[in-house]
Amino acid sequence: MLDMPLSPLPSPACAPCRLSGVVYAALLNHPAEISALGEAVHQAPYKAPPRAPVLGVKPRNTLVGVGARIAVPAAPGQVQIGATLGIVIGRTACRLSLTDALQHVAGWLVAADLSLAPATPGRQTHYRPAVRARARDGFCPLGQHVRPAAAITNPDDLVVQVWADGALQHQGSTAGRVRGVAQLLVDVTEFMTLSPGDVLLLGGEHGMPVASIGQTVQIDIAGVDRLVFTLVAEPAEPAVKPETA
Amino acid sequence: MKSARVAYAGAIHGATPHPTGLRLADGRVLGDDAVVWLPPFEVGTVIALGLNYADHVKELSKELTVTAQDEPLVFFKGPGALVGHRGHTRRPAGVAVMHYECELAVVIGRTAKGVRRANAMAHVAGYTVCNDYAVRDYLENWYRPNLRVKNRDGGTALGPWFVPAEDVPDPHALALRTLVNGRITQQGNTANMVNDIPALIEYLSSFMTLQAGDVILTGTPDGVVNVNEGDVVVTEIDGIGSLLNHIVGDAAFGR
Repeated sequence: MLDMPLSPLPSPACAPCRLSGVVYAALLNHPAEISALGEAVHQAPYKAPPRAPVLGVKPRNTLVGVGARIAVPAAPGQVQIGATLGIVIGRTACRLSLTDALQHVAGWLVAADLSLAPATPGRQTHYRPAVRARARDGFCPLGQHVRPAAAITNPDDLVVQVWADGALQHQGSTAGRVRGVAQLLVDVTEFMTLSPGDVLLLGGEHGMPVASIGQTVQIDIAGVDRLVFTLVAEPAEPAVKPETA
Repeated sequence: MKSARVAYAGAIHGATPHPTGLRLADGRVLGDDAVVWLPPFEVGTVIALGLNYADHVKELSKELTVTAQDEPLVFFKGPGALVGHRGHTRRPAGVAVMHYECELAVVIGRTAKGVRRANAMAHVAGYTVCNDYAVRDYLENWYRPNLRVKNRDGGTALGPWFVPAEDVPDPHALALRTLVNGRITQQGNTANMVNDIPALIEYLSSFMTLQAGDVILTGTPDGVVNVNEGDVVVTEIDGIGSLLNHIVGDAAFGR
């Protein structure tokens, strides 16, 4: 019944040897993203700061591999580059504790949780799931290589760089998250089980760069991998035939 | 012909209805309670609608922070949320309100990208029944409805049968209802969707490619009430099926 996937998923060289195609993304996992909202955090529609991890799903149509050409509509023509570490699950992860959480990780990859830039800069809202901005075809490129878990001493302290057409746009780190890798795994698996090959994205930092149609984006996470993709113009929509009746 | 996926005697089987229960593809005839029912097809992306029945919007209006809706409220689920017919769903101890949601589930059968509503129904393979639980205590106004409310392990039942589209003359004229311990608590009709199936396929396929096996949970009418440990919840849609679910407590999970 299943069609061919839009693009083959990366094949990790370490167990579980293939990705399941299930990708969850932590959102607003950098304290500056919340503090930048100021008093709005306490006002409608939010009314209070987040308590549980804020999460989204990147469905299978969003998943593409290295070198992907990702279609972006002419309006707004720009995409927020949510450069993030991806946590690849190696063992069924349910109700983990801080002491055993990292033992359930197979490895690490580089990912980009892409989101259409808001039509009005700075007017992004976090109230509704925003699937039209975040779940577009190709909006979750994944790096080809899964770095085995043991190869990284501290996943919560890795240098992250984002380049557009060769120019450095962002230099940051995986450090200082609301929830680091282990705590995120603990709080997520309290209510939802992660399976081998599932990927949980740690989430980027406040002020992730925006890239435009025509640009080639490169994301480096030190010691993990490099992810490269290109933003291309979405084909114009065919003329709409007026509907009868 | 309706079809199901069940586990029986060490394997997973396709099955079809039989007057005494169901018949496996290999000829064995079994009672409804002799098998483990799985979601009735290989499920791809699970796409769920909120606030897609006008009466349910009214029901929730007191607690909605924003009522104006300029596009459908869509969210996704992962595979861990799914259970089949006669499955168990955990009600966490100490919560005030956990409620069912009886929904028509629309199964995509053919790749859809940029599909106009006039052509949308050609992309529908068929239908099943969904019961999409929510634990309202965990609602937060960040990417609402948040996953802790709507993507809990075992919180989304699908089944029992996959019903092919050709067996459903009008999916927008189906009575649906929920029974808790045999008493009707929710009634509605798929005629009252805010965004009907062609509108949803047009909207979704305008930005994402829908693939065979993806499923659209089309929302629930009003009449959602709290359920408790030990309750038997039946969500049913005329012509599609009657989906049974058991509410179980933390103790079964060693919590």
